Amino acid sequence: MSQRGAQRQNAIGLTQADYKGQPTSLCQGCGHNSISSQIVSVAFELSIQPHEIVRLSGIGCSSKSPAYFLGRSHGFNSLHGRMPSVGTGTLMANHQLLAIGVSGDGDTASIGLGQFKHMMRRNVRMVYIVENNGVYGLTKGQFSATADEGQELKYAGKNPFPPEELCIEAIASGCTFVARSFSGDPKQVRELLKAALSHRGTAMLDIISPCVTFNNRDTATKSYGWGKAHAERLLDIAYIPRDFVPRRDEIMVEDFSPGEVKLVRLHDGSYIQLRKLEEEFDPTDRLRALTRLELARRNEEMITGLLYIDPDRPSLAEVSNLGETPLAYLPEEKIRPTRQALAQIMRAML
Amino acid sequence: MIGDPAGAILHSEGLADEIQVSPRKGAGGPIINDFTIVAATVNGTGSQTANLALLRALFKMGIPVNGKNIFPSNIQGLPTWFHVRVSYEGFVARSDSAEIVIAFNQSTVQDDLAMVAPGGVFLYPTEWNLAESREDIIYYALPVNLLVSQANGQGKVKDYLANMAYVGVITQLLGINRSYIEEALQYHFGHRASVVTQNMAVVDAAFQWSAANLTKQDPYQVEPLDLTAGNILITGNEAAALGAVFGGVTLTSWYPITPSTSMIDALNDFLPKLRTDPESGQATYVVIQAEDELAAAGMIMGAGFAGARAMTATSGPGISLMSEFVGLGYFSEIPCVIWDIQRVGPSTGLPTRTSQGDVLFAYYLGHGDTNNVLLFPATPGECFDFGVQAFDLADQLQTPVLVLSDLDLGMNTWMSEPFSYPAEPIKRGKVLSAEEVEAQGFFRYVDRDGDGITYRTLPGNNHPRAAYFNRGTGHNEKAVYSEKAEDWRKNMDRLKRKFETARRLVPSPIIDHVDGARIGIIAFGSTLPAVDEARFRLAESGLPISFMRLRSLPINEEVRAFVERYETNYVVELNRDGQIHQILTVELSDLPGRLVSLAGMDGLPLTASHLINQLKEQELTR
Repeated sequence: MSQRGAQRQNAIGLTQADYKGQPTSLCQGCGHNSISSQIVSVAFELSIQPHEIVRLSGIGCSSKSPAYFLGRSHGFNSLHGRMPSVGTGTLMANHQLLAIGVSGDGDTASIGLGQFKHMMRRNVRMVYIVENNGVYGLTKGQFSATADEGQELKYAGKNPFPPEELCIEAIASGCTFVARSFSGDPKQVRELLKAALSHRGTAMLDIISPCVTFNNRDTATKSYGWGKAHAERLLDIAYIPRDFVPRRDEIMVEDFSPGEVKLVRLHDGSYIQLRKLEEEFDPTDRLRALTRLELARRNEEMITGLLYIDPDRPSLAEVSNLGETPLAYLPEEKIRPTRQALAQIMRAML
Repeated sequence: MIGDPAGAILHSEGLADEIQVSPRKGAGGPIINDFTIVAATVNGTGSQTANLALLRALFKMGIPVNGKNIFPSNIQGLPTWFHVRVSYEGFVARSDSAEIVIAFNQSTVQDDLAMVAPGGVFLYPTEWNLAESREDIIYYALPVNLLVSQANGQGKVKDYLANMAYVGVITQLLGINRSYIEEALQYHFGHRASVVTQNMAVVDAAFQWSAANLTKQDPYQVEPLDLTAGNILITGNEAAALGAVFGGVTLTSWYPITPSTSMIDALNDFLPKLRTDPESGQATYVVIQAEDELAAAGMIMGAGFAGARAMTATSGPGISLMSEFVGLGYFSEIPCVIWDIQRVGPSTGLPTRTSQGDVLFAYYLGHGDTNNVLLFPATPGECFDFGVQAFDLADQLQTPVLVLSDLDLGMNTWMSEPFSYPAEPIKRGKVLSAEEVEAQGFFRYVDRDGDGITYRTLPGNNHPRAAYFNRGTGHNEKAVYSEKAEDWRKNMDRLKRKFETARRLVPSPIIDHVDGARIGIIAFGSTLPAVDEARFRLAESGLPISFMRLRSLPINEEVRAFVERYETNYVVELNRDGQIHQILTVELSDLPGRLVSLAGMDGLPLTASHLINQLKEQELTR
């Protein structure tokens, strides 16, 4: 970005620099850095107030990255595999926050698999990014649970086990927004991020994000070479903010054939415009999404795009009957019952 | 028998005699308001209702009581024993002796028979055709089936109603006011009139049968007193939940585990009634049943970071799982409250028995150098008070606060003074608003006040300099990642300084210096009633003992002063290794030889006679 571009202001008078974090300490060329950049530009583009965001992460290379974006937003780098519970608590204490959480394949698919699934089951409103590279980086090159079966790594040898399919896990657990992308496709990552930020519940983005140091051979499905050669968009996605009113006939499209456009209305009034590229696929159909993912697993396809969305299921905060003021900001008179209330209870127990 | 308190010889003479605990052996006359009833029943048959009815009726008569359920880890079928201590002197500790045993579980009949104190009563169903082999006790057989069928009890209800038969007989034999039984059942069944009527039919049938058919041969009686007026009956867990509600809890996350679950049950009962905004109808709280204790701890950490008053309730196994998060909470300084309703460990241990065995673990919970603030409630009143205070302390100190209750205090039914409304407003500690950040500046871990407690901001604060990145990794004063040796040392030294500040903020011990006392007892939590009773009896025998009841860790100067004052301080606790004794020995290492451990644990609440025997043995051999 040019110097001039960096100083361009968004609708709330902030520059892109206002959304940056600390300098990255990840390897040069790491896919995670690219994703951090997309987060910065999306937050800038959507003119989100930094204080309305909370950054979250677990432990690992991926989980370091929230330090490298949105430095004017609060953040919580928690424990290995525990971001979902920390995020749930944070977002129930303050359900007005937008949460951007970054995890990795070790953090999510191994130590954190249980919390990952339960967060989605509860539909906690949160953008949950898995920076998926199939390998443990900070501990130097062990297989993760998303590594390819039969894959060979320098120190780890040959992997005898099949990979976890995080998108299938997510859909099976009740996740209401499931997408896969590739850090080498920044445009798609951006549009998915925008849509995810408007989603009512958990939005899980499984982003293949190559580890240039330990797992970037072209034969590995998590490598740049493989991604560039094989990433196949099931659909094109574009995010339409809520102040943009689409034409009524666009909303009403019912026959969703290849090349046609479908609009999905999100809870905050924005839309996702989906341009379908494949005949049988419809991301609002849970069964077809699962079938397509299973097929892709069998054929070693790297399908990308929005794989499943249910825009209507209420979030945990909504089913908890919370008011507008976050629990964390309720004044004393709202959270301490009266002296009379205690006296009444005591009388009943006499 | 009161000797010169300073004279060791007189002590020894006094102590050498047998010291009687309740009931005092009479001269053959009636024994009034001073005995223990034990109901031996089968778990899951509804006997709890019958036992609580008896307890509440005695309480309504103005007689001090305590109810303890010694129950199995089981839903239905295993034996359970409910102890009702009746004491005109107001002693509510568990008693070693059982004067009246209600045997309603045929599988434990031999043990139950052996339990009866000489001269005591054994009440059992006629249907058993029991050979009445003991000659030193009084047998009463009651025709349970007959009494239940007279009252038209059928099917599953019949089993439940069978327990009301012993309520009726005991009511008649002891002279309990029948109307109080009815009142107690109304309290229990929430005034569901038909259920109360059905139960009372059996009670009345049994009462009348007893009056017509039993000749009272035992000395036990009750007479109305006025010692419970104005008091309530409540469990520690209910009191703790109520305290949390008035302490302003906003987020609770938990995973079911005995014996803490009833605290959450109580929260789920109180919160909708007390914390639904009357204007909007919306909740000012959330309770989340987590997938495990890891997640429960994670949720309260996230919520504490974001500014909620967050809590969980668990027991030992849950504390084990929470240790990684408590370490994070200590190091990244997150307020939250963890109730540990202790049960017997290690491992799954005895899930339905009481213990004070988590003290050491909780105090240092977390890897690396960690120190945690612990509170030790001893009564339902303190469960309520600490339910409130724990949140204030957590917010003031920005650290996890662990409240160590136990099964005996938490799940058993105690008399209590009504709880006092919190005297002070909610304390939120050092939280900066956007305006304050503008005026004062903000770096998360700068110790501006020299007390080790730094300032924090909450997510949502819209000042451009308000944000920080909370992390469990090494950080500098600006909360930025740092591996510098100096940053690490400085931060850990400040955390130690903060712990020193905690000494001044946590509840002080309750100290009772007795004239002429040469020795002291140090105890905490639910052993209080046994210690009170033992001290009373020993003082009668010429051994006055001072008492310090710890209510928190870390200790303060008052604790040191107490230990310094007595040549021997007996540290009483329900665990094998003398955990508080170990902590005090380390923290008061310059006062060697003054602390003697009287630790021990078998899953049952401490009794006065056990403690008296331990103390006698120690004092006579010194």
